[in-house]
Amino acid sequence: MNLHEYQAKDLLSRYGVPLPAGDVAQSPSAAEGVARRLPGDRYVVKAQVHAGGRGRAGGIKIVDSVTGVRQAADELLGQTLVTDQTGPEGRSVQAVYVEEAVSSERDIYLAILVDRQTGRVALIGAQQGGEDIEERAAADASIVKTLLLKPDGIPVEGSFKAFARKLDLTGPLIAKGVSLFEKLVNAFIESDASLIEINPLAVTADNDLVALDVKMVLDDNALFRHPDFKNLHDRDELDPVELQAQENEINYVRMDGDIGVVVNGAGLALATHDMLSDAGGTPANFMDIRTTATSLDIAGGFDLLMSNPNVKAVLINVHGGGMQRCDTIAEGVGVSMKRNDRTVPIVVRFAGNNAAYGHTLLRNYGISYVEAQDMGDAIERVMALVRTEAA
Amino acid sequence: MAILVGPETAVICQGMTGRAASYHIERAMAYGTRVVGGVRPGKGGTHHLDVPIFDSVRDAVSETSASASIIFVPPSNAADAMIEAIEAEVPVVVCVTERVPVLDMVRVKDALEGSKTSLIGPNSQGVLTPKACKLGVMATAHERPGSIGIVSRSATLTSEIVAQTSAAGLGQSTTVGIGGDPVHGIGFVECIELFMDDPETHGIILIGEIGGAEEEMAADYLKSAKSAKPVVALVAGRHAPPERRMGHAGTLTLFGRADANQKIKALRAAGVQIAPNPHQVAETMRQSMNNLGT
Repeated sequence: MNLHEYQAKDLLSRYGVPLPAGDVAQSPSAAEGVARRLPGDRYVVKAQVHAGGRGRAGGIKIVDSVTGVRQAADELLGQTLVTDQTGPEGRSVQAVYVEEAVSSERDIYLAILVDRQTGRVALIGAQQGGEDIEERAAADASIVKTLLLKPDGIPVEGSFKAFARKLDLTGPLIAKGVSLFEKLVNAFIESDASLIEINPLAVTADNDLVALDVKMVLDDNALFRHPDFKNLHDRDELDPVELQAQENEINYVRMDGDIGVVVNGAGLALATHDMLSDAGGTPANFMDIRTTATSLDIAGGFDLLMSNPNVKAVLINVHGGGMQRCDTIAEGVGVSMKRNDRTVPIVVRFAGNNAAYGHTLLRNYGISYVEAQDMGDAIERVMALVRTEAA
Repeated sequence: MAILVGPETAVICQGMTGRAASYHIERAMAYGTRVVGGVRPGKGGTHHLDVPIFDSVRDAVSETSASASIIFVPPSNAADAMIEAIEAEVPVVVCVTERVPVLDMVRVKDALEGSKTSLIGPNSQGVLTPKACKLGVMATAHERPGSIGIVSRSATLTSEIVAQTSAAGLGQSTTVGIGGDPVHGIGFVECIELFMDDPETHGIILIGEIGGAEEEMAADYLKSAKSAKPVVALVAGRHAPPERRMGHAGTLTLFGRADANQKIKALRAAGVQIAPNPHQVAETMRQSMNNLGT
């Protein structure tokens, strides 16, 4: 689960992580009200969306007055922000975060995540932060420093102190760095996070460290341990179609092609997309029916596909396994087709568990479709259908 | 021979009395798997599916000499179940459970270090040695005893490739699903090592996909340890929908960056034959075997 900056900062402040004073606002007047309560006379107004790259996309504004804050909030709220991490459709701004401007002598990059290769929690950092960190790391991987941690947050080898030095912290900043790392690691482990990223971490003129921006992602699989995190979930950030699919035990991503795709299992779905694209086809969606989906869930998922006007043909490629069988999927498709007026040409390829029974069910529902023998055959047949539709 | 499991493997099931576990264990027994007991704290001394239930893995192992365990325990207790099996020194452990918290897997990974256990999973369909031992939840219909070792990150693609290699007359020595979670037990490298040492395996198929680092690590390994057996790989996701993401960190770790094409390039450079799609995996393997004269 992705958190907004204001939610992440609220959570980290409870661990004593040094942050600029600030608060969230949903309207221009509320934003001005927040600014009036803040120290100093320069303010930062930041669009709250689940993506990085906001600065380069114009989602962060620095202003010199409380009326400037109101104006900046007015411009940002309701705007659709497109950054290099949102995808072309962008993200609608529903809230802004207003905080005191902190001037930075140097920007550091700092993050904690779980390293897949070692299976350990890793603290990573770079002496110079900023939104171009990826480009610079691609040019020179040695700028990224890593410290691997044991499950209890203690370094496997090396120390937080040595890591602080690697980030070029000196003098009193070393102790402040160590204290910050320990607080972040605590916050990471106690809240079952999968990512905390501070970019930038400012080194101020008074030799303080301040976390200017925070990105935080919580592990969905651990939410059962944190009932209090439930209200942090921002459903507005999710595509409504994808959200409905999630509720139907289906992973679904909208795409801009004309072939509806129904597959069970992420690997088979990815491979189906590869074959379809190689044959010159364009998928209208990515669909992975989970092993836990019931036939009614599947019917709901198929409804989503039928409600997409761009869909000219549907490819159903299912390999029935030990947990998700062909007949369950056939039943879901049958129920959905019965309640939809639309008729779309369909190619069905069933293999594995209960494949023959799946076909029997589809025929019993009175659905006309093209039966394919294998994956290659299925791709050829659906491409032929799309070409006929286009003609 | 095969790898990890065979006809001699004595299996216990952790979480045996649950509904899903009962369903799958009954099928494993019908398949011919030697199931010798189950574990369910508080139900020790009872019987389920005609085998004895024990309070702990340690009890089960000392009473039955079990050599493998399959775990069907809810996500909240799955890590403790894995660690219990590791501490009882069960040689092969499969965890089927989906949605285990990643920091729990960090604890399990720590417990695995220097242990005597090969963990497969979590979120794994398990290990299958055709007609000998089914330690998993995979469908069985198309598998045939044979010469191809399959290691995979995807359950449905495995079924697909199993059916194809059977139709091509090659069959399988063992198939291993390493599971779909970011932190998991054994990976491609460990399975390749086992398959290379197994006299019954004459060819190895890797079924990979975008994300993670399994394919790159396999490529690194195969570069140094020249395989005398042909290795064929399928990497799914060349045309995956673009991923939305938060922040930069995911791309800053050593292996965070690779997409399907980069994985394919790394595997090719290590002498692996790439099948362009699942439909051509068996054919690619047959050609590789002919070229090597095996």
